[in-house]
Amino acid sequence: MASTTAAAETPRLRPSKPTGFLSWVATTDHKRIGILYFWTVLAFFFIGGVESSLIRAQLAQAELSVLTPEIYNQMFTMHGITMVFLVVMPFAAAFFNYLLPLMIGARDVAFPRLNAFSYWFYLFGGIFLYSSFFLGGAPNGSWVGYAPLSTNAVSNMAFYAVGIQILGVSSLASAINFIVTIINMRAPGMTFMRMPMFVWMTLTTSFLLLFAVPIIAVALFMLQFDAVFNAQFFQPASGGDPILYQHLFWLFGHPEVYIMILPAMGIVSEVMPTFSRKPLFGYAAMAFAGAAIGFIGFGVWAHHMFTSAIGPVPRSAFAVATMFIAVPTGIKIFNWVFTMWGGRIRFTTAMLFSVGFVSMFTIGGLSGVMHAIVPHNAQQHDTYFVVAHFHYVLFGGALFGLISGVYYWFPKVTGRLMNERLGKVHFWTWLFGFNLTFGPMHMSGLLGQPRRTAVLPGELGATVELYNLLSSLGVVVLAISASIFLYNLIRSIRSGEASGDDPWDARTIEWMTATPPKHHNFDVIPVVTSRDEFWHRKYAESEEGIPVAVPVGASVDEESDAGHDEHIHMPDPSLWPAIHTLGVLPLGYGLVYANWLLVGIGAVWMVAGMFGWIIEPLAEGDDDEPAVAGAAAH
Amino acid sequence: MTAVAPSTSMGLDSRKLGMWTFLASEFLFFGAFVSAYLLYIDETNGGPGIEIFDIPFTSVSSFVLLMSSLTMVLAHNSHVRGDLRRMRLWTLATAGQGMVFLGGQVYEFTVFYREGLDLTQSPFASSFFFLTGFHGAHVAIGVLLLLGLYSLSLTGKVKVGQDVKTEMVGLYWHFVDIIWVIIFTVVYLIPELRV
Repeated sequence: MASTTAAAETPRLRPSKPTGFLSWVATTDHKRIGILYFWTVLAFFFIGGVESSLIRAQLAQAELSVLTPEIYNQMFTMHGITMVFLVVMPFAAAFFNYLLPLMIGARDVAFPRLNAFSYWFYLFGGIFLYSSFFLGGAPNGSWVGYAPLSTNAVSNMAFYAVGIQILGVSSLASAINFIVTIINMRAPGMTFMRMPMFVWMTLTTSFLLLFAVPIIAVALFMLQFDAVFNAQFFQPASGGDPILYQHLFWLFGHPEVYIMILPAMGIVSEVMPTFSRKPLFGYAAMAFAGAAIGFIGFGVWAHHMFTSAIGPVPRSAFAVATMFIAVPTGIKIFNWVFTMWGGRIRFTTAMLFSVGFVSMFTIGGLSGVMHAIVPHNAQQHDTYFVVAHFHYVLFGGALFGLISGVYYWFPKVTGRLMNERLGKVHFWTWLFGFNLTFGPMHMSGLLGQPRRTAVLPGELGATVELYNLLSSLGVVVLAISASIFLYNLIRSIRSGEASGDDPWDARTIEWMTATPPKHHNFDVIPVVTSRDEFWHRKYAESEEGIPVAVPVGASVDEESDAGHDEHIHMPDPSLWPAIHTLGVLPLGYGLVYANWLLVGIGAVWMVAGMFGWIIEPLAEGDDDEPAVAGAAAH
Repeated sequence: MTAVAPSTSMGLDSRKLGMWTFLASEFLFFGAFVSAYLLYIDETNGGPGIEIFDIPFTSVSSFVLLMSSLTMVLAHNSHVRGDLRRMRLWTLATAGQGMVFLGGQVYEFTVFYREGLDLTQSPFASSFFFLTGFHGAHVAIGVLLLLGLYSLSLTGKVKVGQDVKTEMVGLYWHFVDIIWVIIFTVVYLIPELRV
């Protein structure tokens, strides 16, 4: 590839070896960044799982004291923050990174170094949040961080405010990157209505991030200045309004829910057609339902605040909007069912997880509509019924979809198949453990068990105690199931069965690449002529509409035998994104401890890193664009 | 276009599209601050309120900032015509006006602080300093970008024919100006009608 690198080597801060530790630190390859995301997510997933196990251990019986109330508060707060910001969102980012350019026929994302920047901001943000355990205690005011409680001196929430801010920068940068990539870097013929559904959902998710992240940024800045610098945004004593924080948080927080679920919906919309041997049912309806969810998602936030002082008119308006958003969601669910309807279904592990997604997500969606009913909501607010609801959509929904994606694209990434037998054991234990954990919470919630309470009160009675015991047993099943998944993953990477380029008889163009894909993805950028391009290259249709295989070699891009391998222009590795983002650590600690020296060091570091980044060309020997003499003459 | 910068699906340079996308996000950022300010405009907690504003002074610094958009356009125009010498001149002029504006803001904040309006005084004070302060931070970053553009054009990193680089800084700079138009109207002028 990059033949340009041969030119006069000046000593630069740029590792050129294709392997080794430094090559990963300096990578700008979207596929490697995707893999980095994946392993980091997995680490945080197990940490978050340990936290949830401790919570369930404490609540296994009434009046236990496994954890002190203080530690319990830190555990449920960090569990929420970890699973939302350090697991589900970046898990989706891992898929975006790895698959998006492959799916639209591009060689990389629009801004490869910005992509690395996003990853390092995510990693350092996660490390920053977890360092709080060693610096006087982790955040303990729940993942919503309601003010003014969270601005209280004993609340450790400054780490929350700064840490989530850092993660927000990461999300914002990748949102911009993916939007530009999708709009600007599609292969010839890849119109919007020919894009794989996963790409549509990526686009919608990125726009949601683009407009939601700045709002939480504002809320977190205010929160942090209230907590550390004694500003007066949310202090009722001086006329501040705690409801403002709730509005700002949920104006981000509700789109955030769709930010977490839409990528999983995209994955399921790829997996189901492949294993049903049918095109996705109602493609246009699916795409526009996703966009509609994105739009309406910005108009339903106050249903999280029905029990706050917002008045009857907003309550009614937001109740109606919330019920309305069930319509595009319902369209999607019916379309998945009709995709499977009449198909030749193969129940691989990936397909099982997708089916699991649709069924579990539907349960969570139904209890969601129950929340939209205002009087009903007042009964459920802050009980375990809500906990059950959002775990059914986030665990039963988002996580099932994402794991389905792992099983589906694992062969593309590694060239090996995951073990199907272990995979099925994983699926069934996962499904059973999940329902055993979160199913009973519906009941204990309706019976009045409050959320975020360190001790299960004995006066709720033996029935609630039983439900809690079942939930705690469910976590044991989930832990075993997750270990099976991890074992299967590592074993399959080491010694899985070779998969070939197209093990599933798939439909979209990422399966046209070598396995694993070369650094430059496609030798020749494919010219796209239809939706499910790869399928139509493999199969023609008989008179009765039955797919008939096209002979091998009959369908190739014309230029494919040209000597293409030399002139492909790829970005070189760069250390600057990692160096630049490292400055966020002194900056963050400085803001938490009101230490202006550290803030200054961090700011100067980041500016210096930014200049190093700007001065370094994207690839050696190329200075972005050669000076065009002719351009001067107009 | 050569293989170095492949033509894009939409025909718009990816860097410019990225900047537009980023600016779309920035509008929400300032929108949230403006909402908080409007909510808290009367929550002065017994301290100074909107009567503290010095409209003539702020009008002058606003004028300077708006004029800097003109010099920014001239800088970009010179770059497009291939006249790097004038491009540098206008870039420096833009940065200079930005610094005059920042100086004015530092002066204004100092005066307000002496008159008893500080961040911890009231929700009004907090939201005022946040809104205008974050705008000031954006201006400061813009000045840094302009000075960077200036020095990189001296070292030959920004060349004739690469006017998209000036245009990018320009897009950001115009955005910062537009936000100030909104802030000046909403924060300073409209409340003045009520006094």
